[in-house]
Amino acid sequence: MKTYELTIDATVENLPQVLAFLEEHLEEADCPMKAQMQLSIAAEEIYVNIAHYAYAPETGQATVRLELADDPSTVCVTFLDRGVPFDPLAKPDPDITLSAEERGIGGLGIYMTKKSMDDVRYEYRDGQNILTLVKRI
Amino acid sequence: MLNIDKKINGNVLTVALTGRLDTTTAPELEAELKENLDGVTELIIDMGTLEYISSAGLRVLLSAQKIMSKQGAMTVTHVSETIMEIFEVTGFSDILTIV
Repeated sequence: MKTYELTIDATVENLPQVLAFLEEHLEEADCPMKAQMQLSIAAEEIYVNIAHYAYAPETGQATVRLELADDPSTVCVTFLDRGVPFDPLAKPDPDITLSAEERGIGGLGIYMTKKSMDDVRYEYRDGQNILTLVKRI
Repeated sequence: MLNIDKKINGNVLTVALTGRLDTTTAPELEAELKENLDGVTELIIDMGTLEYISSAGLRVLLSAQKIMSKQGAMTVTHVSETIMEIFEVTGFSDILTIV
């Protein structure tokens, strides 16, 4: 198994850096384009949530850990932060059958994440929010 | 990185997107649309060279759709297979007019 880690200030401005980090290693691992995009979209949701809420109004750090395993080929992306405990998975899913007029703008990102990953896990341990995305490729 | 290429022809505004529509770039599109939608009765969003869209991008599409439902029509063109799947999962394929 290969493991890569990136620790940065959890700001929205650093989002391109987080996505570039993931995409670079996923490309090296020959991850299919579709799975790469789904992982990027999911990672963006989780990371932007951390950037907006974990340490607000201050700034703190987030760690992104990428684990690539063989047999079966699996990608795990884990986000760790020491901000306020927050489980983004606790939100109810949006009603995706509503028309444009009735649609709110919240909850879509987490919904997309749950739908496109094989597993999404959250735990709060040792003062850290730990959110893991699991995708078989 | 997002490149926004606008063409106005009478009341028809065509916006061609190249690159990534994500949390950092979606506000650019939102601002462009806000500035240019006055008097527009047909908005065409060309996604032929759009590589990536996250929920932040979907939010901008939804608010554009809401505005255009009131003052005319909006269509989305040249949607790639990957982006189409995102529209399907989120129910956006029912909200948007995709041609």
